[in-house]
Amino acid sequence: MLAFLTQRVLQIIPTLILVSMLIFGLQQLLPGDPALIMAGEERDPQVLEEIREQYRLNEPIPIQYLYWMKGVLSGNLGESMRLKSSVASLVAEKLPVTLQLAGMAILVALGIGIPAGIVSAVKKDTAWDYGANIFALWGISTPNFWLGILMIFLFSVTLGWLPASGYVRLGEDWRASLATTVMPAFVLGNAIAAILMRHTRSAMLQAMSADYVRTARAKGLYERRVVLKHALRNAMTPVITLGALEFGTLLSGAVLTEQIFTIPGFGKLIVDAVFNRDYAVVQGVVLVTATTYIVLNLLADIAYVLVNPRLRG
Amino acid sequence: MTAATLPTAVPAESQEENPWARAWRRLRRRKGAMVGLAVVALFVLLAVFAPLVAPYDPTATSWSAVRKAPSWAHWMGTDEVGRDVLSRVLYGARASLSAGLVSVGIALGIGVPLGLLAGYAGGWIDSVLSRIVDAMLAVPFLILAIALAAFLGPSLTNAMIAIGVTATPIFVRLTRGQTIAAKVEDYVEAARAVGNPHWRIALRHVLPNIVPPLLVQASLAIAGAIIAEAALSFLGLGQQPPAPSWGSMLNSAQRFLANAPWMAFWPGFAIFFAVLSFNLLGDGLRDALDPRHR
Repeated sequence: MLAFLTQRVLQIIPTLILVSMLIFGLQQLLPGDPALIMAGEERDPQVLEEIREQYRLNEPIPIQYLYWMKGVLSGNLGESMRLKSSVASLVAEKLPVTLQLAGMAILVALGIGIPAGIVSAVKKDTAWDYGANIFALWGISTPNFWLGILMIFLFSVTLGWLPASGYVRLGEDWRASLATTVMPAFVLGNAIAAILMRHTRSAMLQAMSADYVRTARAKGLYERRVVLKHALRNAMTPVITLGALEFGTLLSGAVLTEQIFTIPGFGKLIVDAVFNRDYAVVQGVVLVTATTYIVLNLLADIAYVLVNPRLRG
Repeated sequence: MTAATLPTAVPAESQEENPWARAWRRLRRRKGAMVGLAVVALFVLLAVFAPLVAPYDPTATSWSAVRKAPSWAHWMGTDEVGRDVLSRVLYGARASLSAGLVSVGIALGIGVPLGLLAGYAGGWIDSVLSRIVDAMLAVPFLILAIALAAFLGPSLTNAMIAIGVTATPIFVRLTRGQTIAAKVEDYVEAARAVGNPHWRIALRHVLPNIVPPLLVQASLAIAGAIIAEAALSFLGLGQQPPAPSWGSMLNSAQRFLANAPWMAFWPGFAIFFAVLSFNLLGDGLRDALDPRHR
C-alpha cells in the first residue's frame, strides 16, 4: 500500500514539471517585446529596463524558466502589474469564494445526477429513463453562460427573488451568501449532474445484472434494498472516479459563471487578468488550477484503491 | 448508400457488406442521430447561404430601430444599435461552425499523426509524447484555451488555434491507444511480413481501421469547440465586433436583459441546437460504429 502511494505520488512530479514549462512557455506566444507588453501604457525606458531585470528577460529562456520556477517553489507566483500585489495573495483571497461555489455545485450535481441515474437504470426503457436521458443531453448541450443569463432573467429580472450579481461571504451573512450563490452553483452543477447521471446509469445497469444482485433477489430481499444496498454500493466506485475527472469541468465552468454573476472568485480573477493583460496573474492562476486538478485526481485515484479491496496490494 | 437498396433478408453480420454501408444502415435506425444530422445540415446550409437568407446586413445599425421587440420586420427583434438579430444569428453560424470545424481540423491534423507515431514507434518517443499529453490534459480545457487565446491576442483565428491546440491531446491519446491495439492484429502482422515499410503500415493499414472512434470523438469535439468559441467570444477573446458571433451577442445581451430579453434568447438557442445536434450525431455514431454494440 505504501509502495503504491509513493509510486503514485512520484508519478505526478514529471507531469507537474511539464505543466509548469507549458504555462511558462505561454509567455513566448506574446507578439513583440514582452517587457513592452507587460509595462502596459508605460513607455519609460528605465521602467522597461526594470521589468527586464525583474523577469530576467535578457537571460536565455531556460534560465528565465529556472528563475521563475525557483520563485514558484518558494511560493512566489509573480506580481500583478495592475493590482500591485502578489499573485499568491490574490489567489489566496479568491480561492475560498470559488471553493464555496464549487462545493455547492458538487452538492447540486450529486443531488440530481445520482438519483436520476438510479431511476433511469431501474426503470430502463420507460418514460423515466427517457426523461433522465433527455435531461442529460440538455445538460451537456446547454452552455453554462447562457443558462446563467436565462436564470438571471427568470429569477432576478422577472420574479425578483434573487440578486442578479454580487457576492456575500458565508461568514458575513449566510442567508445573503446562499442567495448570491444558489443560481451560479446550480448553473455549475447542472452540467456535471448530466455527466454523473450517465455514469450512474451505466454503472447501475452493469451492477443490476451481476450475480450478487440475482442472489440478493433470490434471497427474497425487497427490490428497494437490492437496488440501494447491493447494486448502488458497487456501482458508486466507477462513478466517483469518473466524477472526479469533472473537477476540470467545474473549474472551467467557474470562469464563465463567475463572470456572469460577478462573483469575485478564481474565474473572475483570470478573466480580469486577461482583460488587463496582466499576464503574470494568468500564468499564476492557470498553474494553481492545474496543480489543484492534478492533486484532486491523485486523491480520487487513491480513494478508488482504498474502497476497492481487490486493488489493495 | 448502397445499404439502402440491400434486401432486408441479408443478415446483419453479412461478411459481404461494406463496413461503412453497415455503419450507415445502423446510424439511419437511430432517430436521435438522424435528427442531429439533419439539424447539422440545416445549420451548414444557413451558414453557407447566410447572405441570401439573411433579411438585413448583419452589421448595419439603425438608430430608428434600437432594441425593437420581435415583429414581422425583425423576426428576432433588434439589438442595442438597431441591428437585426436574425441576420446576426445567421451570420454568427458562420463563425461558430467554422470555429468548430477548423479547430477540430487542427486537433486532428496534429493529434492523429502524433498519436500514430507514439503508438506505432513506442519507446522514448511514446514516453515523451504521452507525458506532454498528460500535462496538457491536466489543465482544464477552457482555462487552457483562454490562456492560449489571451497570449496569442484576441481574434477569431487565434481563438480557433487556441481551441484546436487545446483539443489536440485528446486525439493524440485516442489515436495512440487505438494504434497500440491495432498493431498487434493479424492484418498488421501480415502487412509487415510482406515487407511493407513502417510509414505505409501506419498510414494504409492501421489508420483506416482506427477511423471510427476518431469520427465519434471528432463529432463530440466539434460540439465542445462550438461551446468554447462561444465562451471565448463571450469574453471578448474570439470574433471581434462588429462581426457577429453567438458568444459576443450574448455578452452584449446581458446588459439589456431587463428591456430586451430577446437579444439573449436567440443566440443562446442557436448555440444550444448546434451543440445538441453534434452531440446527438456523436452519440449515434458511437452506437453505430462501436464494435461492442454490434
